[in-house]
Amino acid sequence: MNIPLLPEQASSFAVEVDAIYFVLWALTILFSFVVMAAIGFLAFRYRRGARVDRSRPVHSDLRIELIWSIVPLVIGLVVFAWSAHLYARTRIPPADSMEIYVIGKQWMWQMQHANGVRENAELHIPVRRNIKLTMISQDVIHSFYVPAFRVKHDVLPGAYTELWFKPTRVGRYRLYCSQYCGTQHSQMDGWVTVMEPDDFEKWLAEGGSEIAPSAGLVEAGRKLFDQMACGSCHGNTARTGAVPPEQRGGSLNGLYGSMVRLKGGRQVKADEAYLRESILRPNEKIVDGYWPIMPSYEGQLTEEQVIQLIAYMKTLGKADAGRGAGASPATSVPLVPLVPSEPSSPRRLARQEGSAQ
Amino acid sequence: MTDAGRHGRRDADATGPSYLSAGHSLRSWLFTLDHKRIAILYLISVTAFFVVGGLAAGAVRVELIKPRGTFMSNEMYNRMFTLHGVVMIFFFLIPAIPAVLGNLLVPLMVGARDLAFPRLNLLSWYLYTAGGLCALTAAVSGGVDTGWTFYTPYSTFYTNSQVTLTIAGAFIAGFSSIATGINFIVTIHKMRAPGQTWFRLPLFIWAQYATSIIIVLGTPVVAITLLLVVAERVAHIGVFDPKYGGDPVLFQHLFWFYSHPAVYIMILPAMGVISEVIACFSRKRIFGYHFVAGSSLAIAALGFLVWGHHMFVSGQSMYAGMVFSFLSFLVAIPSAVKVFNWTATIYKGSVSFDAPPLFAFCFIGLFLIGGLTGLFLASLATDVHLTHTYFVVAHFHYVMVGGAISAYFAGIHFWWPKITGRMYPETIARIAAVILFIGFHLTFLPQFVMGFVGMPRRYHYYPPEFQTLHVLSTAGSTVMALAYLLPVVYLLWSLRYGRRASANPWGATGLEWEIASPPPTHNFDSPPRVTGEPYDYEALCLSENPPTDARRRATCDPTASEPRATGERSDGGPS
Repeated sequence: MNIPLLPEQASSFAVEVDAIYFVLWALTILFSFVVMAAIGFLAFRYRRGARVDRSRPVHSDLRIELIWSIVPLVIGLVVFAWSAHLYARTRIPPADSMEIYVIGKQWMWQMQHANGVRENAELHIPVRRNIKLTMISQDVIHSFYVPAFRVKHDVLPGAYTELWFKPTRVGRYRLYCSQYCGTQHSQMDGWVTVMEPDDFEKWLAEGGSEIAPSAGLVEAGRKLFDQMACGSCHGNTARTGAVPPEQRGGSLNGLYGSMVRLKGGRQVKADEAYLRESILRPNEKIVDGYWPIMPSYEGQLTEEQVIQLIAYMKTLGKADAGRGAGASPATSVPLVPLVPSEPSSPRRLARQEGSAQ
Repeated sequence: MTDAGRHGRRDADATGPSYLSAGHSLRSWLFTLDHKRIAILYLISVTAFFVVGGLAAGAVRVELIKPRGTFMSNEMYNRMFTLHGVVMIFFFLIPAIPAVLGNLLVPLMVGARDLAFPRLNLLSWYLYTAGGLCALTAAVSGGVDTGWTFYTPYSTFYTNSQVTLTIAGAFIAGFSSIATGINFIVTIHKMRAPGQTWFRLPLFIWAQYATSIIIVLGTPVVAITLLLVVAERVAHIGVFDPKYGGDPVLFQHLFWFYSHPAVYIMILPAMGVISEVIACFSRKRIFGYHFVAGSSLAIAALGFLVWGHHMFVSGQSMYAGMVFSFLSFLVAIPSAVKVFNWTATIYKGSVSFDAPPLFAFCFIGLFLIGGLTGLFLASLATDVHLTHTYFVVAHFHYVMVGGAISAYFAGIHFWWPKITGRMYPETIARIAAVILFIGFHLTFLPQFVMGFVGMPRRYHYYPPEFQTLHVLSTAGSTVMALAYLLPVVYLLWSLRYGRRASANPWGATGLEWEIASPPPTHNFDSPPRVTGEPYDYEALCLSENPPTDARRRATCDPTASEPRATGERSDGGPS
């Protein structure tokens, strides 16, 4: 008979989440035991028929009410603070994370590595690396859950959500969809394979488990960008000096990660969610100084294509991967941390760190 | 105690036929305006829905014996757990204690002739029944597979099951709740007996009052939300589905804004029952009356501010999550205060171990674990791991089934003599309470373990390593089924063969015990006047005139181990 009592601890969060979990069980057992023992003892001692002293009964006592309100409150708030502190760390991905895109659909997970390697219901990652998943659903709400990592986040249609973790142990771990998503919800599961970094790179270079890997995300995005003629409006001359008043759309150079000033003066950060919205529903946020003339691409691009476009746009304005430079799959694999390779833009570095607060 | 109490015997002799014998035709029941008869109508219909929901739960448990199912398809399984959730939440747990015990007891406990709006009260039962029939029609004409939470955009665009009809059922039943809530609020404000100040109210009334406030403030929100789901599903008006420019997480905010307070709609009346039972069977005034009463209001108020703790992994802002987590830790305190005060009540009491207090102890034991495991889910980092898993299922059932239903059973047993004029067989009732406690743990303790290991909820197929725990859980559920079946059998038996109950078989305080069992249609012959505190068991016994009649002796003599051995002659009952 095989009864699992504890999940494996395979991420940097697992030990601390479990510590809080077991502290809470200790408190639960302690409080339940004390109260049940008190009830059992008192009920037996003062059972009907027992000849015990029942004189001068007490009916209320402000001091004792305060004690049994405040003591549990203080204990509870300590646990709250500890847990909230850990939660904040689980929600803010480090800047050097390796990025992987995840698309959820009824009833399958699809993962996209930066070099274009795709996996279905499987995710291969290197051990001891910070992994950041940018996730979106093509239909209903799903939830990406790896119990061994103690991480989970809902995957929404129409908006990116993020999840990060740092696997600490090589092995194969179960992946579930944990948000009810329809008929085959319980079959929307899979495996996460954590590999030694060398093995992982070999696996990735060989095209993963796919027979014919597609082009790199950035390369695919560049092709799409040209095919849709995005550059006819978003030429790269803008912002470099003489912006002609009839310039239809702003340059995308260095856009990712910067702050964008909108009509009306509001500033928003140009993150993945902003880029996605601006492609699909461009009139939601109009950049200051431009007309709302861009057509909507909603329904014309798959989530996969949007991810490719965004991956390409993220490279624009960088020294090695400007428009037309044709980023090769090899350079786009962010095995080397992206941020330190950008000495030319210290301002953006500061912003990225700022956004991590 | 009260004037009526001092003349209780005479009043009882003077009363006419009981409310049960006021008419025997179907018409006399279906068009009654008597709150007690409406309570009986609710008792019958609520029990019927409990059976439906219970059978669905049984089917789910049997299906989960094997990792890849035993007899259902995916579609069938998803419909089955949805049926279980929808029926149990909307048609059993929400109405059970307020509509059955509340309808019966609120007027009696405040010394009133009836609720403030008897016709509205009858309407509420018809609305409830209509809503229930809608939901059942949906269930047999294809069923619904969204889960009781109706999460968008699955419910608005992707499922082809009977969402609209089911939602219509929940929507209509919501108005039944609102009608009951308004009735209780007005009755408690305006119809209390002379001398019954707010702090002379039984704690059951305080709990019903707090519950009614939640119902009246919260139910309209879920009603509108469900209408929006139907609008998007039927008319493609974009609200929740990003395809139409909506936001799916908005639905969760609106849904939980009602549905978290709704769990307090289910548990607060249960706490009210426990206060009555513990006081009566300890022969003690409730310890810290003001704190127990005030904690009901505190729960009602704070309960509206914690809905976001269902959404820590939904994409809600991290800072919102922290605020909701903080408030969720706060809302635990008033519940803890109640438990501590019940415990202190027993000190220097005179405790008997009849079925009602056994069910009450069962409540406290299960509610403690249910409440404390709620902290695992209020705490952010642990919730990320545990939410959407069987841990949530176990926690929720500890509170709702272990808590609310045990209290409902405590209340039904406690007031059964008042409702029917008959005593149920005591020994077998005690056995049922013990079986319930054991079966419950066997069913739901393994689910805590499964949840921590990572077993997601609403899974038809599951990894084989969880099979042993699932089988244990299913075994426990059969024990629970026995514990629920037993009372149905012996309570029905008692209707015909049970010993006739006196006006006050437990020697309890409270206006409802000062009139005959079962009460006459008009409740009180003369308006009662309240002159003292509730639960004044000591004063009753230490009064200048030593107790003379059998009831007083039973109430007050702490050495009399079998108080009901002195049961009185019947004051009238069904024949």
